[in-house]
Amino acid sequence: MKYLFYVVIGFFFGVVMYKSEAASWFRIFEMFQFKAFHMYGIIGSAVVLGAIGIQAIKRFKLKAFDGTPINLPPKERRLYSYLFGGVLFGLGWGLAGACPGPMFVLVGAGFPSLLIVILGALLGTFIYGLLKNKLPH
Amino acid sequence: MEIILKPWPWYVSGPLIAIIMFLLIFAGKKFGISSNMRTLCSIAGAGKFSTFFNYDWRSESWNLMVVLGAILGGFLAANYLVEPNFQVNLNPEVVNQLDSYGFSEAGKDFLPAELFSWKNLDPKNIVLLLAGGFLIGFGSRYAGGCTSGHGISGLSNFQLPSLVAVIGFFIGGLIMVHLVFPLIF
Repeated sequence: MKYLFYVVIGFFFGVVMYKSEAASWFRIFEMFQFKAFHMYGIIGSAVVLGAIGIQAIKRFKLKAFDGTPINLPPKERRLYSYLFGGVLFGLGWGLAGACPGPMFVLVGAGFPSLLIVILGALLGTFIYGLLKNKLPH
Repeated sequence: MEIILKPWPWYVSGPLIAIIMFLLIFAGKKFGISSNMRTLCSIAGAGKFSTFFNYDWRSESWNLMVVLGAILGGFLAANYLVEPNFQVNLNPEVVNQLDSYGFSEAGKDFLPAELFSWKNLDPKNIVLLLAGGFLIGFGSRYAGGCTSGHGISGLSNFQLPSLVAVIGFFIGGLIMVHLVFPLIF
């Protein structure tokens, strides 16, 4: 039953990704060409509202639905992994035009070729796991 | 109903994404999709090859439910929540530019058939889609998050590492679209 809550959130997320066109390869290309405000508006407004809400959670010490304190752990301080990992991710995002959420949304939307992208992403994750200790973080 | 069938503007979509993040935060979880790739590897037995995949993936199964929901949401939106004459309203300059790369009528469908068509799947496209996915999977794990985990969750929490990651996303995307695309398309 508790799983249903997450399926519903995911469902809502999937509809938003499709209806906002954030899952469209064309919109990602357009964003990296700086030819439309659309994607910047989506990410920017999500972050502005997100930042206000997170400040409110911290200031008023808001509790989770089950009454436990909300824990927002800071990201580990280091540089190389965020930068190098980020650049590699961006190369893939630009090429496939879909980030990890939209990949799945698009499979549901009737584009089976995204299964190839997902297969690639699983391979990439697996190879990272193998090489993790040899990479600069 | 008509307003749902039309494309949703950024000032509706962005706040809805923030609400999704808050629903997950108030459920005691976090908004980050790419970690599901690690969970799926772990379920498939990748722990035999690297301790990176040795963890209790059941504690992350809620996130797989988010992914399951996303697939269903994509199905509903694409089949029932669009107008019959739907197209992506791109900047005409972008349409012309894509035409010069061999992508005709950009925006007429949700994705370019030249790259994603399942019927005309050729070896070149298979390699490009696999490579794109590989970079996304490897890069997001190396960076410890993707557009949702760093771009939305991390930036909203004023995390400097997430800002570095997002700058990385843009460096990578700009290199791909401006320097690599002219070579491969």
